[in-house]
Amino acid sequence: MTLAANDLTCQELVELVTEYLEGSLPAEARIEFDEHLAMCDGCANYLDQMRRTIEIAGKLTEASISPQAQESLLGAFRGWKSRPQP
Amino acid sequence: MLDQGEGRPGPAASASDAALLEALRAGDEAAFSGLVQQYHGQFLRVASLYVSDQAVAEEVVQETWLGLLRGLDRFEGRSSLKTWLFRILTNIAKTKAVRERRSIPFSALWNADADPDEPSVEPERFFGEGHRWQGHWAPYPQSWSTLPEAQVLSDETRARVEEAIATLPPSQREVITLRDVQGWTSDEVCNSLSLSETNQRVLLHRARSKVRRALELYLGETASPR
Repeated sequence: MTLAANDLTCQELVELVTEYLEGSLPAEARIEFDEHLAMCDGCANYLDQMRRTIEIAGKLTEASISPQAQESLLGAFRGWKSRPQP
Repeated sequence: MLDQGEGRPGPAASASDAALLEALRAGDEAAFSGLVQQYHGQFLRVASLYVSDQAVAEEVVQETWLGLLRGLDRFEGRSSLKTWLFRILTNIAKTKAVRERRSIPFSALWNADADPDEPSVEPERFFGEGHRWQGHWAPYPQSWSTLPEAQVLSDETRARVEEAIATLPPSQREVITLRDVQGWTSDEVCNSLSLSETNQRVLLHRARSKVRRALELYLGETASPR
């Protein structure tokens, strides 16, 4: 692999990852990014790690409501139902 | 009284919103319970961005549902039901945060230009000045695709991600929670937090970079050097 002086470095690339994933990189920068990725396993791994990080963040467990809280809300809903109609 | 107005227009209420609203207004208990179950966990997570006490966060969520009931007859569907609900939630949460004297993440006042750059990856990970590979990875980041899937998606891994998010600066925590944990679009987040597109992206970038770093530390530092 040959490197021209104005080529994107790995250190520069990692700062562009979110713009790349958001699709907000200007076309020219995107091409440069893709070209770098194509020949750099380190950055390909880095980008993949970032994608996995996002994926795992999307799989965090959400607390479920306790039966008591659910029951009390249902009570509030029933109270609301019997409100005086406008 | 809290501002529970529909605020600036995000995406308007959809057809499924309209059907749900109709069911709620007609007193359909299953529709209400379904909505509560769908949003409870998300509400609790978002409430916890603003109030530190778990019990207070639970209160915020309960009050949000009461706020929904209070506003239901007046809600005109100029925003989506989700946007409206989260606006009620954050208003209540912020009011309680003030009472808790907790500093709230005020992302809207955050400015990427005024904040010094934080590198996404420690500079030591790259070859330094004078090296012919300057700015390129010294040891490569490891490929996680060689790790067992069960390890990458284990409870322990997710706990590390929770932990990493919890220690982020408040504005970064707010953005990554809404974008990556809750799956909001960048438009929804910008709208909800009154953030510019750029500031949102910079906060997200910093947050994701730190969470990735925490995962990398947990999953194994680096692949063998080339």
